[in-house]
Amino acid sequence: MVIIEDKLGLVRYNADQVSHIKLDAAACRACSHQVCITICPAGCYTLSDDSEVLLSYTGCLECGTCRVMCDHLEWHYPLGGCGVSYRFT
Amino acid sequence: MKDKYDVIVVGAGPAGITAALLLAQAGLEVVVFERGEFPGEKNMFGGTFFGSVLNQIVPDYWEEAPLERRITRKVITVLSEDSSVSIDVKSGSFGRPPYNGFTIRRARFDRWYAQKAVEAGALLVNRTVVDDLLYKDGRVAGVRVRRDQGELWADVVIAADGVNSLLAQKAGLRKELDPTHVNLGIKEVIQLPRRTIEERFNLAAHEGLSNEFLGGLEGDVHGGGFLYTNTDSLSVGIVAQLPSLQEHKSKIYDLLEGFKSHPMIHELVKDGVVKEYSAHLVPEAGLHMMPELYTDGMLVVGDAAGFVLATGLYLEGVNYAMASGVAAAKTVQEAVARRDFSKSSLARYTTLLKENGVLTDLKTFKRAPEFIGNPRLHTLYPRLACELAESIFAVDGQPRPKLLPLARRKLRGQISMRQLLKDGFEAGRSLLW
Ligand SMILES: Cc1cc2nc3c(=O)[nH]c(=O)nc-3n(C[C@H](O)[C@H](O)[C@H](O)COP(=O)(O)OP(=O)(O)OC[C@H]3O[C@@H](n4cnc5c(N)ncnc54)[C@H](O)[C@@H]3O)c2cc1C
Ligand code: SF4
Ligand code: SF4
Repeated sequence: MVIIEDKLGLVRYNADQVSHIKLDAAACRACSHQVCITICPAGCYTLSDDSEVLLSYTGCLECGTCRVMCDHLEWHYPLGGCGVSYRFT
Repeated sequence: MKDKYDVIVVGAGPAGITAALLLAQAGLEVVVFERGEFPGEKNMFGGTFFGSVLNQIVPDYWEEAPLERRITRKVITVLSEDSSVSIDVKSGSFGRPPYNGFTIRRARFDRWYAQKAVEAGALLVNRTVVDDLLYKDGRVAGVRVRRDQGELWADVVIAADGVNSLLAQKAGLRKELDPTHVNLGIKEVIQLPRRTIEERFNLAAHEGLSNEFLGGLEGDVHGGGFLYTNTDSLSVGIVAQLPSLQEHKSKIYDLLEGFKSHPMIHELVKDGVVKEYSAHLVPEAGLHMMPELYTDGMLVVGDAAGFVLATGLYLEGVNYAMASGVAAAKTVQEAVARRDFSKSSLARYTTLLKENGVLTDLKTFKRAPEFIGNPRLHTLYPRLACELAESIFAVDGQPRPKLLPLARRKLRGQISMRQLLKDGFEAGRSLLW
């Protein structure tokens, strides 16, 4: 098992003040697959102790995968100049 | 900043920059909006760049572009759990001008290329997200950017905003992306000393290797791996199909770790230091996902239009992005001469894309997505190829059969001859004839 935080620790970010992705809490509760949790390559989606889906937008790599897999997200790019900042890729 | 330009380009990737550079050279007023701090900051890809289009725009580009290594060794490998079979092509001519391809890193390359457009007279505006299109009399006439006084107008908007192209969607040119149309790619840049790379991969100075892998992903997830040599690092990653990841509840970063610990890959990456981790979608469905390419006052180029050739043997997008940028620039120049930016005037774009090979290549390989979608390609066949190769060369004191009976014995119980022939025919139809 990979600790995704270790990988994200190598990535530079210019954090945005607000989340560029918004969940629909009711939809998440009713969601049968919760695919976001396993499919996100940055592990941004997790399940809380009381089974609520949480999003940590600051680790987002802006790939768009969650947007493609889930119809219930309000998904934007972060503000210009904010978000992931690749240097070696 | 003015509020009206001849052309607005959204996205400073290879597609957008190519269009902007050529239009600026033609004397048009062009502005490029890029959401990154600099072009390339947000952009990730596997690793190989094929430069035939660029060489026409920036002749002998290799003299000045920030390139890593020229690809002289191309390897295709199928993996089973602990074995591998490869085709290994080493080409002398690939190592001589005009060179076949180079490894590049986008944070450096895209920035350099964008500077070429700026030198030609284009205005590059970084750190600026385009959020929406503006319309006048029912035709696209500008964009709204996320900042004060964010309305900007133009005769033509070129959507070069990459695979997620929110703009093509907003313009109604395409529907929401389907999970079967895109694959997820992740990669690590792994630092190794220059000399170690050259020894490990049997390369001379400045020479490079590209290696694509099929099979061997944990849980039989459909996808493959890649490994490219940069000057003093490796680009190592995997590309996987979204429905397959979902079905297996696999985390793609676990798959990459599994890939890196495959006995064969481990030998290649060992002692390296991981410098960066990245993720990006690849449009893989070719013509099956192509949006409408133009409407009144707007054109779609590069990944936004799905212009990637992904066949299992090839994963090429940057060269097609550039070629579509060339076609878009030509279309706009002709439209300027006619003073007509309507849909029917911009329809020339399709013709030009056919003439310069983008649409023709996608058509030639239009069956490739089905071929890559065949589950046996990712699981059974890599395993069989490895098993068969092993038993051909195994010396175990048993009587040695000729190759055909040996193959038959291996296949028995795993796949019917009928299925094998059918898959072989499909593979041939996608790639060979
Ligand atoms: C894992 C992987 C491996 C690949 N391997 C290869 C390979 O080896 N060889 C190859 O040739 N191709 C490869 N490709 C494909 C290649 O990367 C793409 O085809 C190519 O980058 C497309 O260029 P583009 O200019 O259309 O889009 P992009 O390079 O994606 O550029 C889009 C630009 O638009 C900007 N942008 C997006 N939205 C907005 C907005 N709303 N406002 C402002 N700016 C915006 C982005 O920041 C970005 O700079 C690979 C892709 C992936 C994901
Ligand atoms: S897939 Fe969408 S709806 Fe389901 S849990 Fe994740 S974010 Fe919520
Ligand atoms: S855009 Fe990609 S990295 Fe960001 S949260 Fe969605 S899946 Fe994760």
